Amino acid sequence: MQLEVEIASKAFTNAAGERFDVLADLNFTLGAGEVGVFVGPSGCGKSTMLRILAGLDHDYQGRVTRPNDARIGMVFQEPRLLPWRTVEENVRLAAPRADEATLSALFAVLELTAHRSHFPGELSLGLARRVALARAFAVEPDFLILDEPLASLDDALAARLRDQIAALVDSRSVTTLLVTHSMDDAVRLGDRLFLLSPRPARILDVMPIRTPRTARGDAEISGIKADLAKLSLANM
Amino acid sequence: MLRLLSFAVFLAVWWGAALLAGAAKLPPPPAVLAAAVAEAGSGALFFNLGVTLARVALAFTLAMTLGAAIGYLMGRVRLANRLGDPWLILLLNLPALVVIVLAYIWAGLTEVAAIAAIAINKLPTAVVTVREGTRALDAALDEMATVFAIPRWRAFRHVILPQLAPYIAAAARSGLSLVWKIVLVAELLGRPNGVGFEIGVAFQLFDIPLLLAYSLSFVAVVLAIETMLVQPFEARVSRWRPRAA
Repeated sequence: MQLEVEIASKAFTNAAGERFDVLADLNFTLGAGEVGVFVGPSGCGKSTMLRILAGLDHDYQGRVTRPNDARIGMVFQEPRLLPWRTVEENVRLAAPRADEATLSALFAVLELTAHRSHFPGELSLGLARRVALARAFAVEPDFLILDEPLASLDDALAARLRDQIAALVDSRSVTTLLVTHSMDDAVRLGDRLFLLSPRPARILDVMPIRTPRTARGDAEISGIKADLAKLSLANM
Repeated sequence: MLRLLSFAVFLAVWWGAALLAGAAKLPPPPAVLAAAVAEAGSGALFFNLGVTLARVALAFTLAMTLGAAIGYLMGRVRLANRLGDPWLILLLNLPALVVIVLAYIWAGLTEVAAIAAIAINKLPTAVVTVREGTRALDAALDEMATVFAIPRWRAFRHVILPQLAPYIAAAARSGLSLVWKIVLVAELLGRPNGVGFEIGVAFQLFDIPLLLAYSLSFVAVVLAIETMLVQPFEARVSRWRPRAA
């Protein structure tokens, strides 16, 4: 699936009646199977952008082009599970066509097998985030949107989940958009990194990473991170 | 066990009060039991309880269905709320007696008039409660359902309805107690049978054992429905919630 984004502007009006711009001249294209990572200061409008791309917000200037029948899988910043349905029911509700073998494999990869019949209220945040990931992958999406899926998890768990996301993205070649604050996530998962400015958000710099995800060694990763740090400093 | 104890205390207080007040004003439990057994023997007790229960069931179902639908609409659609609100305030504050008397005058002393009058009395509280529930719906979960393209009806059943369930349960419970109270008045005023009618007869004959026999049988039925139907339903819809301390 190819995604073309040309958002000229997006503004909010606050309770006092003041208008302020959140996004300005945001143009980019994501190719099929490409993982685009957006990095930017908090509050710069990343989540607003994701809501527009997911089709939840139609009140903006510009246009977003993607196939109408594209299946979307999304991991919100909060897990957004139905508290009154079990883990398995939550996943099946979003992905009614997923067969048992696929689900079992997915639950196994995300280490959720033991929690299938638990209610979300009985899960830790880390587990709930994994269920949200399972739900997004179970729909076998053409377009995957990840809004800080690993925030507030401890490093070891975040690293494990990051590897799982990388494996799942590669096995299905889905067009993916990831928003994150973590340089590690960005450099290890992305095919292209987009550096965003403070509000109103626009793209300051684009940085492609040509080495395939699985072939990136530690040396290369710290090299890219250093470049990235220089870029963000230069743009401040 | 505690319930049994509290029931025993109730009987003891009743018996003691009967001894103090005299059997003419407050008959002791055995006298009331004898009246109940006599009525049960003739079949009248079960017939009248059955008739009243049928009226309650019909009026309750009618009011809950309509009330939930209207409440949901008013909670979701601003225009519906603005149009419906004055009617709602009128109905909420209209005394039950006025509705019942008017229904009997306009529709005659019929079953339809009685059931409609009871339902109209209960309707506004159901609307208000379900409207509050609809306003409190979690927009984040709606967005989730939209992104994952969950079909409308499935989303309503799995995302919306479970959020409304506690409000519907609250409306059902308060509504049921309202219907219990109003059905007897409606029967007293314009029906030839049912618990309310029998209580009216007992009042005119000053037959206090009969009056208490019917009242207490009715209370027993209400308690049975409350513990066997309403409470299990509430427990079921809230089973995913962590238990309160």
